[in-house]
Amino acid sequence: MAVCVAVIGKDNAPKYVSCLNPNMELDFHYKVHNALDVVEEKMSANGKASGDIRELYLGLLNSTDDHKIFGYVTNTKIKFVIVTESANTSLRDNEVRMMFRRLHSVYADVVCNPFYNPSEPISSKAFNETVRNMMAGNL
Amino acid sequence: MADPVFFELLHAQIVKYVEERQTKDTDLSSLDTIGFTCGYKIIERLTRDWPKFKDELEIVKFICTDFWMAVYGKQIDNLRTNNQGLYVLQDNMFRCLNKIAIGKEHLQVAPLYYTFTCGLVRGSLANLGVHCVVNAEVQNMPSVKFHIQVNRL
Repeated sequence: MAVCVAVIGKDNAPKYVSCLNPNMELDFHYKVHNALDVVEEKMSANGKASGDIRELYLGLLNSTDDHKIFGYVTNTKIKFVIVTESANTSLRDNEVRMMFRRLHSVYADVVCNPFYNPSEPISSKAFNETVRNMMAGNL
Repeated sequence: MADPVFFELLHAQIVKYVEERQTKDTDLSSLDTIGFTCGYKIIERLTRDWPKFKDELEIVKFICTDFWMAVYGKQIDNLRTNNQGLYVLQDNMFRCLNKIAIGKEHLQVAPLYYTFTCGLVRGSLANLGVHCVVNAEVQNMPSVKFHIQVNRL
C-alpha cells in the first residue's frame, strides 16, 4: 500500500530508502528530504502545542497531488517516513500507525544485531523483506 | 525474562577474559566499549513503546527506574543532581558486586566489575542523544555510586 519507505538517522542522513517503482526513486528522495523539515518543526513545536507532546507518531506531514507523506520519530531520534498514493483513500490512520509499529519493531531487531554498526546504512535481508511486504500491502 | 544468574555468570567470565588479556595494568577500555555497544542496542528495544522524553532529567530518571529494573531487577536507590549536568546514581546492592564482599574488603577489584555498567549507561544515554562521561566509585561494597557528567555545549 505504501509506495516508499525511508529510515533517516539521527544526523538526518538516510539509512534506508526503498521504493516500489525504481524510476521514481530520486523523486522520492526529494519528497522525503522535504518532509524532514516538517518533522523537525513538529518536534520543536511540541513545547508550545497542546497535547500529543508524548506521541511518537507524527501523522500526516505533507500532501501533494499524488502522494501523502506520514512521519514517526523514535525516542532515539530515528525518523521513519512512509509515502503513499493520494488515490488510495482506503488507508486509515490506524493502518498507518500499525505500519510504523512494525517498522519500529524490525528496526529494533536490526540494531540489536551485534554485527550492525550504527553509522552505516541498513542492509539486512529480514528488514528488506518486511518492508517489501508492507509496500505490497500484506500484513 | 531470563534468569538473572545467566547475566552474572557471563559478566564474571567477560571480566576474567579481559583481565587475562590486558597488557597494561589499568586498561579496562574494552570492557567499557562492550558495555557501550550493549547499552546502545538495548535502549532501542526498551524505549520502543515509550512516550517521548521531555528533557534530560526525565531520561536520567528513566535510566534509574525502568532501565535498571530491566537489567538488574531493581531500581536505583538514590539519585542526586546539581542541575548543571552532574548526576549521581547510588545503588546500595549492586548485583555484580554483592557476591564478592560486604564492607571494605576487596575494594581493588570493584573497578573491574562496574566498568561494564558504566559503559552500559554511557551507551544508553548516547543513543538517547545525551553525550556524557560515566565514572563510578565504591566506598563500601556492594554500594556503588555512578557519576554521570553530561557534556553541555
